[in-house]
Formats: sequence, structure tokens, C-alpha cells
Amino acid sequence: MNAILHPLALKSAPGPAVAPTPSAPESVSARLELIGLSCVRGTRRLFSNVDSVVQAGQLLRLQGANGAGKTSLLRTMCGLSAPDRGEVRWRGRSIGADRDAFHRDLIYLGHAAALKDDLSAIENMQAACMLGGQRPSPSQMMSALAVAGLRQREHLSARSLSQGQRRRVSLARLVLKPSPPLWVLDEPFNALDVAATDWLLSVVTAQLRAGGIVVLTSHQPVAIDASLSQVTLTL
Amino acid sequence: MTPAPTPANGQHTVPSSALDAMRSVFLRDLRLAMRRRADTAAALFFFVIVASLFPLGVGPEPKLLRTMAPGVVWVAALLASMLSLGRLFSDDHQDGTLEQLLLSVCPLPLIVLAKMAAHWLCSGLALTLVAPVLALQFDLPAEAIGVLVVSLLLGTPLLSLIGGIGAALTVGVRGAGVLLSLLVLPLCVPVLIFGAGAVDATLAGLPVGAHYSLLGAMLVLALFAAPFAAAAALRIALE
Repeated sequence: MNAILHPLALKSAPGPAVAPTPSAPESVSARLELIGLSCVRGTRRLFSNVDSVVQAGQLLRLQGANGAGKTSLLRTMCGLSAPDRGEVRWRGRSIGADRDAFHRDLIYLGHAAALKDDLSAIENMQAACMLGGQRPSPSQMMSALAVAGLRQREHLSARSLSQGQRRRVSLARLVLKPSPPLWVLDEPFNALDVAATDWLLSVVTAQLRAGGIVVLTSHQPVAIDASLSQVTLTL
Repeated sequence: MTPAPTPANGQHTVPSSALDAMRSVFLRDLRLAMRRRADTAAALFFFVIVASLFPLGVGPEPKLLRTMAPGVVWVAALLASMLSLGRLFSDDHQDGTLEQLLLSVCPLPLIVLAKMAAHWLCSGLALTLVAPVLALQFDLPAEAIGVLVVSLLLGTPLLSLIGGIGAALTVGVRGAGVLLSLLVLPLCVPVLIFGAGAVDATLAGLPVGAHYSLLGAMLVLALFAAPFAAAAALRIALE
């Protein structure tokens, strides 16, 4: 049913002007391709020729020392920064070809929790969901926040939440259904306690089992179920 | 899987989720402004105080005050709207929300337009509503006060739109406030000339239609072009 229309033999034929595959994107299965990505910051080359293909149901874990360019690679994957060379493809098409459609398939959670101090947890969550094209009902959001361990704190302003709780507010979006197929998470385990780490692992596992793709950076090995495939990319 | 609405080949439609995203940004900014009323109030007080210093400084000569009133009110409005412009995108940049705005399902220029509209409601519109009170201080006739309000209604959205480009260009720059004023104030000169000019024309008994038309034309042009310019600037700023 999910026909992959793009052959993988593209690496040998690079070219910036890639014609978009003439197919409805929905019919192509979730699949993220990094093709010869290079990134230069100032005069320093952070990474070059990063090639990787992540299929539906796979976890891609980036590892590397501080400053190796993990965040830069994640931002490049999302289209926040343009690669120096190379291309990122989603469902066989360059991500720049139809940004809005790609953004509908994507959840990116960066270093900062992206919360407004003056808004409550649930207001923050609603704003983030609407931006991402998710339209949860208030009750769905309440239960998502409860699952994320913020029961009774839904209406507290984000200013009064701890670092870990702020992180949980932005992670709560991941629980909502239907979930976008591609998650890009920058150090998602930071500031989380043991219980929350286990919870996040189970959320990631569920996403992978549902045929989603998760890309994350983490300094610890991610202990997901051995039956799920995990790709590690070292920068 | 959501049946995501995809535009047909070559045809760009804005799906309803994009409009929802735009509306939620607009409402979120208004809500933030409500929670931080002090900021809005500070800009208004600044406007009132700057405009009130002039009569105190130049003396209570009614004819002189009436002559300089349009310019003084307009310059004060221009300066007051600069105060809140600096935070249009920099707050979002600091807390990471700006990345989410760039990755939203809505085209970035529309998101930027929503933010500019919210900024105008909290700054430009508020200034316009206070302006008649200031005009009374300068002993402007009722007719001229009406023209002043209309010219501000046409001109203050322009300040938010042009200022938005400057705010986007200076995102993440150290000392952005001063740089922003240096960038934006010269660009606002035409707005100032035609805005204050409209009131001057009424005082001289001339028709004001031409001034309104020019302000309106600039507004339409800026409504179209400024969101694209600001969106491009934001993308560069976040690279």
C-alpha cells in the first residue's frame, strides 16, 4: 500500500534542482532521507556528507560531543537552517518543496521549552498545538497534561513551573492523537526525573510502533524495546 | 493519519488549519498583552508625556501650539510605537517560540501579519484613541481633531508593518532597540509627512483627500509587502 516511489540511487546523482515526485505525498510512507548534508558555521566545518535514511518505525539517535553539531543537524532536518550542501527529503520530496505540508507532519521540540511565562500550561499547549496544525479539545489537552504529570497544574502560569515541569508541558503535545509522524527532539531527556524519563521512553516507543519516526539527541543510550530498530549516527 | 488538506498542483490554497494557526497567534499575542498591561500602559504614558512636554517647553502661545500640534502628536506617536516594537519578535526568539512559528502549518508571512495586527491593536489603536485628548491640549479645532484621528488610523498600522520588518531584522542582535529605531524611523518619514500634513491642511482650510489617499496607498502596499519582508528577515535571523 505504501509504495516508495523514490529509488535510493539518488546519492550518486546530486543536483540542487530536484523535481518533486509527481505523487500525492499522503500515499508515500513516512521516510526521512538525509543526503550528503554539510554544515559550516563561520570557518568551522561542523559535519560533512551526512547520509542517512530513516524508515517508518525507526528511531534515529544522534550522538556526539558538545559542539559537534547535533543541534545544527536537527535544525537542518527541520528546515530551520539551510544546509551548506546536500538535501533533506521527507516522503521522497525535498522539504523546501512544500513547507506547510512538511510542517504538518512534524513536531520539533528544541532546547528551549517554547513556553510563554505569562500563559498557563494549558494555554501554552494550545498555542503550540494550533501552530502545529493539531486541534485538540480542552479535555484532550487536560488529559495529555495529566499523563505528562501535570495534574492540578494545568492552569498555573508557566513562570511558576520548574524546569522539568516546563519540559513536560512541551512534551505533552506528543501524547495527543492523531500525532504527526515525524518527531525531532533536541535533548528531550534533559531536566526530566526518572519517572518522566520512563514515561517519555514509552511515548517514543508507542510512536515508533505506530509507524512514526523519532529523531533525537541524547547523551545516554536510549533503552527502547529491542524489537524496534534504532539507528545511531555519530557526529 | 489526519486527512491533511494538500493544495493541488500549482494552486496555493490556505487550509483551515493554517487560518486557525494564524488566529491562535493573534489571540495569544493579545492575551499576552492583556497579562502585561503595564507595557501597553507605559507606551501610552510615554506618548502623553512627550506630547505634553512641548506646550510646557515652548510656552502657552495658542497660535504657535496649534501650528505645531499635528507634528508633535505624530512624532510622539511614532516614538511611542517604537517602544513596544523591539519586543515584537525578540521575546519569541528568547523563549524558543519563534522556531515554532517558523515551523507552523501556516505560511510564515501570514503568521507575521497576525503578530503585526496584534501589535497594532495594542499600540497603534490605543495611541489613536488617546490622541484627541492630547489634541485638546494644543487647542486644535474639532474638525482638525477628526482629521488627526483618521490620519492616525491610517498611519499607525503602517508603523507596525514597517516596524515589524525592522524588528525581524534585529532579532537576536545585541542593542537591538537603538538599531531598530535607527532602521525604522527614517522609513517612517513619509508616514509622518502625510499624516501630519493632513492635519496641517485642515488647519489651513485645504482639502485632505490627497493625504488620505497617499496614506491609504502606502498602507495597502505595506500590508502586502511587509509580511513577506519580515518573514524573509526572520528566516535569515534564525539560520
